[in-house]
Amino acid sequence: MIKFNINDTEVEVEPGCTVLEAARQYGIEIPTLCYHESVAPSGACRLCMVELKDGNWSKLVASCIYPAAEGINIYTETERVHNVRKWLFEMLLSKCPGSNEIKEMASKYGVTSTQFPIENTDEKCMLCGLCTRVCEEVVGLSAISIVDRGVHKKIGSPFLVPSDVCVACGCCVTICPTGAMSARIDAVRRTPDVTLTPLAL
Amino acid sequence: MSNGNTAISIDSIRLNSLEDLNTLRQNIIDKHDPNKPEVLICHGTGCIANGSVEVIDAFKKICADADIDAKIMPGIKATGCQGLCSKGPLVLIKPQGLFYQKVKASDVEDIIQKTIIKNEPVERLLYKDPKTGKPIKTEEEIPYYSLQKRVILKNIGKIDPTSIHDKIAVGGYQALAKALKTMTPEEVVTEVANSGLRGRGGAGFPTGRKWQGALKAVEKKGGPVYVVVNGDEGDPGAFMDCAIMEGDPHAVLEGLILGAYALGANKGYLYIRAEYPLAVKHLEMAMEQARAHGLLGDNILNSGFSFDAQINRGAGAFVCGESTALFTSIEGKAGTPRPKYVRSVEEGLWGNPTVLNNVETWANIPLIIKKGADWYSSIGTPKSTGTKVFCLVGKVNNVGLVEVPMGTPITKIVDEIGGGIPSGKPFKAVQTGGPSGGCIPNKLKDTPMDFDSLTDAGAMMGSGAMIVMDEHDCVVDIGRYFLRFLEEESCGKCIPCRLGLTKMREILDNFSAGKGKIEDIETLQSLAKAIQDGALCALGTSAPNPCLTTIKFFKDEYLAHINDQKCPAGVCKELITYSIDPDACTGCRSCARLCPENCITGKKKEPHVINADKCIRCGICLETCKFDAVQVN
Ligand SMILES: Cc1cc2nc3c(=O)[nH]c(=O)nc-3n(C[C@H](O)[C@H](O)[C@H](O)COP(=O)(O)O)c2cc1C
Ligand code: SF4
Ligand code: SF4
Ligand code: SF4
Ligand code: FES
Ligand code: FES
Repeated sequence: MIKFNINDTEVEVEPGCTVLEAARQYGIEIPTLCYHESVAPSGACRLCMVELKDGNWSKLVASCIYPAAEGINIYTETERVHNVRKWLFEMLLSKCPGSNEIKEMASKYGVTSTQFPIENTDEKCMLCGLCTRVCEEVVGLSAISIVDRGVHKKIGSPFLVPSDVCVACGCCVTICPTGAMSARIDAVRRTPDVTLTPLAL
Repeated sequence: MSNGNTAISIDSIRLNSLEDLNTLRQNIIDKHDPNKPEVLICHGTGCIANGSVEVIDAFKKICADADIDAKIMPGIKATGCQGLCSKGPLVLIKPQGLFYQKVKASDVEDIIQKTIIKNEPVERLLYKDPKTGKPIKTEEEIPYYSLQKRVILKNIGKIDPTSIHDKIAVGGYQALAKALKTMTPEEVVTEVANSGLRGRGGAGFPTGRKWQGALKAVEKKGGPVYVVVNGDEGDPGAFMDCAIMEGDPHAVLEGLILGAYALGANKGYLYIRAEYPLAVKHLEMAMEQARAHGLLGDNILNSGFSFDAQINRGAGAFVCGESTALFTSIEGKAGTPRPKYVRSVEEGLWGNPTVLNNVETWANIPLIIKKGADWYSSIGTPKSTGTKVFCLVGKVNNVGLVEVPMGTPITKIVDEIGGGIPSGKPFKAVQTGGPSGGCIPNKLKDTPMDFDSLTDAGAMMGSGAMIVMDEHDCVVDIGRYFLRFLEEESCGKCIPCRLGLTKMREILDNFSAGKGKIEDIETLQSLAKAIQDGALCALGTSAPNPCLTTIKFFKDEYLAHINDQKCPAGVCKELITYSIDPDACTGCRSCARLCPENCITGKKKEPHVINADKCIRCGICLETCKFDAVQVN
């Protein structure tokens, strides 16, 4: 077992555990968006940042990936952590203003408005990639992926053409933390070739 | 061949020992007549842009046509970057060691007639001392070169990079042969560790410690270990890795083979930026020749050690130079960084222990093995040993490659070696470390260029670009430039970098448009902190540096933009007006003729005026006026 401290309280977890998993076991809240226990963590949203301190030295680490290690000191509510969170929520409110899930989470952490310009009031997706990871890692299909890069990134089927690889299992819709995937599944899934003729009564 | 070198037939004689290598070396040296003329023409990127290919062709053609005695028929060699790129195309004439600058194809006839046939210098092509105007004949006498300490660059510009024999003649592969014969792999690692060498790719991680880490990982989990060259150089203004790969490819290769021997690797990768086709070509040739000589491949020098390497062309993205993105790219996936709380020496390529080092780092290894850790660590400072190659660019008289001991003060590099800035005034600032680095003001010009001093100043060594700025460079504009560069290069995986950099840039856009508010500076600093703390890879975490250092050192200039809506450097278009000084204007009409908006009026030989309402502030009049009559306010 590994013993270390979160917010000056000792916790004890199995080796191989991440800091986030340890925190959750002990009921310590850390906000996350791109993390889900059914897929490998990717460290994309950065909401789960916590401060790792060693004497006067400290740095922020992503708790969903950082491995729990003997004797480390983790703090989940420091000024630096709050600064990152505040700015992330402001960015999220501007990029996915259409998502109620994001709005609720942001306001829980005290952020209700944003200094960033709002481009598309309907947008919900924050490109966390959970949908693509569940489709690849759990469903085993990779029907959707992240296309383009940088500021032009989007989620979609290859070349943004509806794909018959998708089996419409809905895993991506369930895992999506922002509600974005439910609006987009029809663009991903190909319309079936067979048209059902209504039964003549 | 495009670069003008006559192809050397690869001796298929395999070398089987250090003695074989020495015999071959002696044969090459004996065959070469040191008194016979040789023409070394720079075929580096800068000189090619200035027309050196035509110069090479002219030499070949004129030598073939002219009636020259076989005894003095010059050997013609295309070399890598000779260093002083702003004076290119450069030509070096041996045996006299004459240094000719700005050589054009039309000068070649004169060089042949005077220098080659009559052994007289062509005066007009000699370098002139900027202070006295006196011509200087040889490279060693030119301060730009004499003030440097060229160990990595020693052979670049002096040898034909496509000839392994040229390299062997100057001592190439001696270190490898020595190590294979007299040193255990552990001894090689220890020597590198004792040398104090730190990675030249930017972060300055101790190379020996990285290698030891990889060995520990192999011990723990077994499996293959890989060695990788990071040749993805993408910083604006940086071209030293390119110059090393193009000009002395065997140095990189020999370093890599030594590393492979030290670490027990049998396979290596050279990840080369897509925009560097000549580097790829020269490295490919180097590898092929090394294989034929038994210096690469199976059973190297009959030592029982086998190692081979392959080249991977970069994916064309700046972020692919980041270690984890580089690995995913070699693995054939999109090059995006992955979080690295497990070091890549433990889990690199395909999850195996991997040592990734920068081009220049690898090129240091043969020197350390050949001359020893003590020699190496006697150069530079105790914590930053050895030399560093810098690319001196921007508003500086001598633009080019500069190699100096670590810890050399900025002023020595910019003012003495670089010859200061063209206007003769003190430089305003130097941007070190490219888009991840910082902007160091003139008042800190004595800052030693070493890893720790630069970090203390809020900047970064980075790969080694030094961009010199004068009073016409605006710090707000510089911040915008680097942010825009990184916005484009962000892989978009993590939110702080994908969205935060844009916001920072937008705040700076407002400043330069005169729409900034004083509170914005604090907002910028708080947001920058969140990006530094929150971003996933070093592209994001270091991205705010240029902006933060300019705020730190040039706060007044920011305040001028915000409070007075003025750009003191005269760069931010929305904050400046152009006018004509009636006392200086001669009424020559040059500006009026070129103004795209036709908003300059006046009679011939009488002072002209600019209609400020129509002026689009393109600056053409300012550039055109020979009488300095156009003013920026
Ligand atoms: C965005 C980014 C780009 C980088 N580009 C390069 C590069 O072009 N060349 C390089 O050697 N290192 C580059 N690095 C640093 C590498 O990640 C790595 O630290 C280095 O190659 C290690 O070699 P060294 O220890 O010899 O310096 C880059 C890092 C980042 C974050
Ligand atoms: S619904 Fe389609 S895209 Fe979504 S996870 Fe299932 S197969 Fe993949
Ligand atoms: S659709 Fe949902 S799960 Fe997929 S990237 Fe967007 S927010 Fe994440
Ligand atoms: S910091 Fe930028 S480049 Fe690095 S992973 Fe995040 S988005 Fe990609
Ligand atoms: S939850 Fe850890 S980075 Fe998104
Ligand atoms: S390219 Fe010729 S001197 Fe640099």
